[in-house]
Amino acid sequence: MKKVQFNSYFTQYFFVAPQLIIILIFLYLPIVQTFTDAFTIQDPFGFGRYFAGFDNFTFVLSDPAYLTALRFTLIFIFVITFFSCSIGLLLAVQANNVIHGKSAYKTLLIWPYAIAPAVVGVTANYFFSERLGLLYSFFHNLWGFDWYDNVHDAYIYVFIAASWKQISANFIFFLAGLQNIQKSIIEASVIDCKSSFRRFWTITFPLLMPTTFFLIIINITYAFFDTLGIIDTTTIGAPSGETKTLVFKAYIDGFRGLDLGSAGAQSIIMMLIVLVITVFQFRFIEGRIHYN
Amino acid sequence: MIVPIWIIFASSTHSNSVIQSDGMQWFMGDQFIKNYDQVLNKKGGFSEEVTATKLFLNSFIMAIGIATLTIITSLMAAYTIVYFRFKFAVPLFWAIFITLLVPLELRIMPSYQIVSDLHLINTYTGLILPLSASAIATFFFRQFYLSIPDELLEAAKLDGANSWKFFIDFLLPLSKTMMAAMFIFMFVYGYNQYLWPIIMTTSEKYWTVIMGMKIIFMANTVERFAYIILSMMPPVFIIIFLQRWFIQGLFQSK
Repeated sequence: MKKVQFNSYFTQYFFVAPQLIIILIFLYLPIVQTFTDAFTIQDPFGFGRYFAGFDNFTFVLSDPAYLTALRFTLIFIFVITFFSCSIGLLLAVQANNVIHGKSAYKTLLIWPYAIAPAVVGVTANYFFSERLGLLYSFFHNLWGFDWYDNVHDAYIYVFIAASWKQISANFIFFLAGLQNIQKSIIEASVIDCKSSFRRFWTITFPLLMPTTFFLIIINITYAFFDTLGIIDTTTIGAPSGETKTLVFKAYIDGFRGLDLGSAGAQSIIMMLIVLVITVFQFRFIEGRIHYN
Repeated sequence: MIVPIWIIFASSTHSNSVIQSDGMQWFMGDQFIKNYDQVLNKKGGFSEEVTATKLFLNSFIMAIGIATLTIITSLMAAYTIVYFRFKFAVPLFWAIFITLLVPLELRIMPSYQIVSDLHLINTYTGLILPLSASAIATFFFRQFYLSIPDELLEAAKLDGANSWKFFIDFLLPLSKTMMAAMFIFMFVYGYNQYLWPIIMTTSEKYWTVIMGMKIIFMANTVERFAYIILSMMPPVFIIIFLQRWFIQGLFQSK
């Protein structure tokens, strides 16, 4: 915090009030409601509810479908983060080396960041449709690809759809990270070491570590939440629920199944997962400021 | 990266029968104007009364509303957090930042409940307000304020500036780049919302472009291709033309 600050009886509340009011009504109130839902069971006909302790949680956690979704979400997060980060880094290094036409190269790579997940999903849908899909027929000729029936093929489908857009987000951040590295360090390393490959792994990559950490977190949150639009427009959980993420499942159970208790419990489990991620993220971002 | 989008675009300029018989196309056809005109101006939906142009208008209202509201409230809240000394400062800080834990996807059922209790279903207010309850911009503005040297405030105080004057005459002009970056970020975020409009709007008058993706809005395949291309234009153009401010604001705002 600042050393010099204002003292006031009233002004500070005025400035914070608008955001606080919106947050109280549209964030804290729903959170309280989520907890109420999670620890109660509602009468199927809507006549009142009773306290159920952890019943909803045990119900959710012992449901095989939930465990399938949990397993898929973990694989999903790992694959998306790994592939989109490494390809993004590769492209950023290339862009950083390009001297002529740098901005054209940058522009070519930056825009998929702005496309909505749902639009990506619908687009992917056409490439993987049985009748028109170019990628469908390509993979189908290779090994009989069929995501309608085969779990692993369905995995491949959603992995490609979900990573595509994320590559460009990673690219932007890596490029910014690369450009923040001081020229003198790079010049000095050129004198010491001829192999540009080794130079990258021993000098550049360690200097990019803060960016990498930050991006891992960003990608995890993306794979966790934002992919709902992708799943809902591609496989919708096909072949039979194997490609449902946790967020997608909570949405389906809550809105389609109207099982508020289960949806509430699922939300709280996810909040705990996000809590862990955010604590990590917050400490890291705070640390990065000192680092710079 | 661009290949899939190009194929969709090229295919969207052919007639429907070409796509049905020969599959997707790599080169442009001659139906560009006809197909795009058809998509933008044909009435569709269940009641056959809304056009895609209307959906675009809704999306813009929603995205600009979310971006503007979030920036104004976040600028002000960050100001309180950084520049005022009072005993609730620390709890307040946490009360706001804990919200980063709970994206809309996690509180979607109860949010729907509250919005419907407030009679905001099928209103622009209902589309905008819950998505503006976000602390991300507050976080960025806070970081930005913290990077402004203390001497600025000292000097301003010597000149007799009070907290209002300092905010309006000093901080706001300094925050311009950051505000632009946040506006781009929040606009794209708001425009790209998918789940909330689906849940929130039962009337076609409030449908947005992105949710129209799922609900079959166009009858034939080429028109759906054209719709996909049109729907990604606004955020993509904003990013391409304003990328300099975006990147500057997020990475070099010191």
